[in-house]
Amino acid sequence: MKLREQFPALAQRVHGKPLVYLDSAATSQKPRAVIEAVQRYYEQDNANVHRGVHALAERATAALEGARAKVQKFINAASPNEIVFVRGTTEAVNLVAHSFGPVRAGDEIVVTALEHHSNLVPWQRLCARTGAVLRVAPVDDRGELDLPALERLLGPRTRLLAAAHVSNAIGAINPVARICELARARGVRVLLDGAQAMPHLPVDMQALGCDFYAFSAHKLYGPMGAGVLYGRAELLEQMEPWQSGGEMVTSVSYEKATFQKPPYRFEAGTPDVGAAVGLGAAIGWLEQQDRRALAAHEQGLLQYGLALLRDVPGLRMVGAPRERIGILTFTMEGVHPHDVGTLLDQEGVAVRTGHLCAQPLLQRLGAPAVVRASLAAYSVRSDLEALASGLLRVRETFP
Amino acid sequence: MNDLYQKTIVDHARRPRNFGQLAGANRSAQGVNPLCGDEITVHLSASDRIEAVSFEGAGCAVCLASASLMTLAVSGLSPAEAGRLVQRVRELVAGGDGANLGDLQALQGVSPFPARQKCALLAWRALEAALAGEAAAVSTEL
Repeated sequence: MKLREQFPALAQRVHGKPLVYLDSAATSQKPRAVIEAVQRYYEQDNANVHRGVHALAERATAALEGARAKVQKFINAASPNEIVFVRGTTEAVNLVAHSFGPVRAGDEIVVTALEHHSNLVPWQRLCARTGAVLRVAPVDDRGELDLPALERLLGPRTRLLAAAHVSNAIGAINPVARICELARARGVRVLLDGAQAMPHLPVDMQALGCDFYAFSAHKLYGPMGAGVLYGRAELLEQMEPWQSGGEMVTSVSYEKATFQKPPYRFEAGTPDVGAAVGLGAAIGWLEQQDRRALAAHEQGLLQYGLALLRDVPGLRMVGAPRERIGILTFTMEGVHPHDVGTLLDQEGVAVRTGHLCAQPLLQRLGAPAVVRASLAAYSVRSDLEALASGLLRVRETFP
Repeated sequence: MNDLYQKTIVDHARRPRNFGQLAGANRSAQGVNPLCGDEITVHLSASDRIEAVSFEGAGCAVCLASASLMTLAVSGLSPAEAGRLVQRVRELVAGGDGANLGDLQALQGVSPFPARQKCALLAWRALEAALAGEAAAVSTEL
């Protein structure tokens, strides 16, 4: 079956026009293999995990732990105990911002100017709580990280560096291997936000040598509700729990409790087993694809899209990173991005508009609100042609 | 191309009427939409009647056109009449009846786009706040 036909949501009409889905960086559509795996779980195996002794509880537990093992292999973590299931990237970052430590007054946390709010605001709050200082590594006018400036920010008080692997706003791929190397040389821990990287790039935790890596299932062709915090075992073992309750304890009296080892110490309460199963299925689906060919396909589409957009009068690209994934971010002279978004929607074209949860970066690049078209494995040339012709019609409406 | 971006909306967005400060204004209020950063300030010179009205700010075409249309529609109304018109516009952008509303009927075009209805109502909410003498900015998210 053709890859695109495996995504049922793509085969529909919107406002009477065929759907052109160019918002995969917000969330990807899901292949039938994922949808069916989740459905099968609920139809056959649904039970609460890690406590029941009955057959369904054992199947549900095996399903959850099977998903953990798939994640471990997919990102080449050293152990399944380094895979903490969370709701998504945001929760993973918040977990580390809560439990990583000690961070004391005068310590420093370094982020980059490219961060999504979810890899910025938790660090702002950590600093406000502890008296630590937040430092921001700048980008140049292309939106590329200024690596020498980042290096200069890493000092004796730097406790942690938090950086996007790939920018959600402009698609820039950060040189994460080099970033990890610089940090490691100075004894600084690194958290990478992999939300946008995972669907497009191979990642290998042991080769990369980062300390924490966060991502969401739903951008990776999986369901909403499941995400992963990878943490090096040695660090997770030193970290305090964050949420507490059932599942994360070994024994409890009225006075006190002792806590499980990672990853369970960080998984209080009933997890979203169905979503974890879906994540496992999404990984299984991706492993069946020729990922190198998919990456080449997306890069080809990106170049095609960039060429098409050059011919739209009054269109200005925002950011020009040389290493990038299939994200096209732009403004239209004299037309507010929300009007562009609504006009495109009426043509069946789904894009994201606004500040993309990256307000500081977009301010830096001189475009507080933008339009973003983003690609995935199922994107095709006609999607970009529909975008370009939709934009020409926007120009006709706002001459 | 569509029902929302008709001539009226595009024309008022590109050439907003009564745009700018208002000499002799005795009431002002700001409306903000934190989701998209749009902000509109409405100035009134009003006692028993709204004698003059203007607006300033930045926003999308729907937001600016609605504000511009509002200044034309409420000039000369009593505060109570203006309050009733705000209510009719609320119903209109949600898909309600636009009979006898003249150019304001163009705002009905946002009704199929729930995410955009707030854009059309921002200036009207600021008008309400100005009439009520509210000091703080009104937000679409409160």
